[in-house]
Amino acid sequence: MASPTQIASRISASRWFSPLLFLGLWELGSRTGLIPERTLAAPSAVATTLFGMVVSGELPVNLAVSFGRAALGLVIGVTVGIVLALIAGLSQRGEAAVDPIMQIKRTIPTLALTPLFIVWFGIGETPKVALIAFASMFPVYLNLYSGIRGVDLRLLEGARSFGLSQAELIWHVILPGSLPSLLVGLRYSLSISILVLVVAEQINASAGLGYLINNARDFLRTDIIVVCLMVYAVLGLGADWLVRLIERRALVWRPSLVEQ
Amino acid sequence: MDARLSFLSDAAPAPIITAEPPVVRLRGFTRAFGDNVIIKGLDLDVAPGEFVALLGRSGSGKTTLLRTLAGLDSAPGQDVRVPTSRAVVFQDARLLPWKKVWRNVALGLKGADIRERAEAALREVGLGHRLDAWPLTLSGGEAQRVALARALVREPKLLLLDEPFAALDALTRIKMHGLVLDLWRAHRPAVLMVTHDVDEAVALADRILVLDAGRIAAQERIEIARGERGDLTRPLREKLLGILGGNSASDGVIPFPQSVHA
Repeated sequence: MASPTQIASRISASRWFSPLLFLGLWELGSRTGLIPERTLAAPSAVATTLFGMVVSGELPVNLAVSFGRAALGLVIGVTVGIVLALIAGLSQRGEAAVDPIMQIKRTIPTLALTPLFIVWFGIGETPKVALIAFASMFPVYLNLYSGIRGVDLRLLEGARSFGLSQAELIWHVILPGSLPSLLVGLRYSLSISILVLVVAEQINASAGLGYLINNARDFLRTDIIVVCLMVYAVLGLGADWLVRLIERRALVWRPSLVEQ
Repeated sequence: MDARLSFLSDAAPAPIITAEPPVVRLRGFTRAFGDNVIIKGLDLDVAPGEFVALLGRSGSGKTTLLRTLAGLDSAPGQDVRVPTSRAVVFQDARLLPWKKVWRNVALGLKGADIRERAEAALREVGLGHRLDAWPLTLSGGEAQRVALARALVREPKLLLLDEPFAALDALTRIKMHGLVLDLWRAHRPAVLMVTHDVDEAVALADRILVLDAGRIAAQERIEIARGERGDLTRPLREKLLGILGGNSASDGVIPFPQSVHA
């Protein structure tokens, strides 16, 4: 039989303890009026709002819009990044042509380009998608490029000794060999795309999570703002989970994953 | 002295005369990187089905020679004849970790029956049960056996072995010697094995070449059957080590004066 003190110590050692305590204090503070609602809504109020927004369809619809932006931007950015990395990684001439420009681009913070993109593309969907694409291109490029250049030369030589052609070497050795690096880049690109999504959606959006947040701000609805923050967090977690899933499938040959 | 050792001659014996033309033929082969001459004026013939061991210290040009024979270094304008059907087994197995074992063996093969051919080759090296294993889960000896299967599945006329057992433990190495001989007897490729292990060379080869400073410093043909070389090993080892090393290692030992405590 565990004594009450043992149970208490076991609870306080749990990883769930501090977040739950935090939520409890927050709720208590809101109930007693210590935290005014216009500063921060109570957890219970946030939960009620979340439920209401899901049932009314307001949240799913706007989430779909935001998700679509991020996905489209990501697909464009990752594709361009992969193509450029292949050009730069697989040929000396390609490297001379592509890499300097990419390195220059790297020094410019993408978000600083927002005003320019608004001038170019207006305030519709285009600048939002373009910003996400532009930002998510670089991690994929950089990692895949260095992955291609870092492919084990001994493996390449071994394969060459069996008479493989250049195209076969790329297909059987270079691309699989640089896949782990590509996936690292993809993981960075996914988290950057969500980061840029948050900022890009502040540009005069008429739908999406950013639109919800802007509206909520105007009406001092801190509960809706917190709901949207939670959704952004869930999007980030989902992106991470996606890459893990891809890694588990694509890198099944690695010993750490083999043993599982 | 054992009468069978009388054939041990000094360097530069007469070239081997065989009925068939040699599979490897080098005349006056020279290889230099800038001013650094690695191999100078080397003549080499390897007969079909002959097992040649190439001994030499580090930096003697063994690997350079093997890379040329493997086609990994080009030799423009030189009198170098090697068969197009050749395969290399490196010291590190160099299996592609992202391909299952049988796909590694089948690498670069064409045709509908590549799985069957890879399977047959892997069964031959005793790895029929590891067809679908990932290379990184293999032991060193297993990986090297896969590398042998990958080389032999191509039925090469010339099999190049670049210190293939140097990284294995002694027991595994002895087993691998037996396996290599069995495979060689079954498929009869000409073999050129680079090694720095004199005993290994004596145990396996028909002929031993000693490479030093880019030249063939000595060459020994061993006529005795492989199982009966026990008596031969010691004198031959000493002779080859003498050619390889010059002085005995202990000549270089100079005892430092012992300090005298008052």
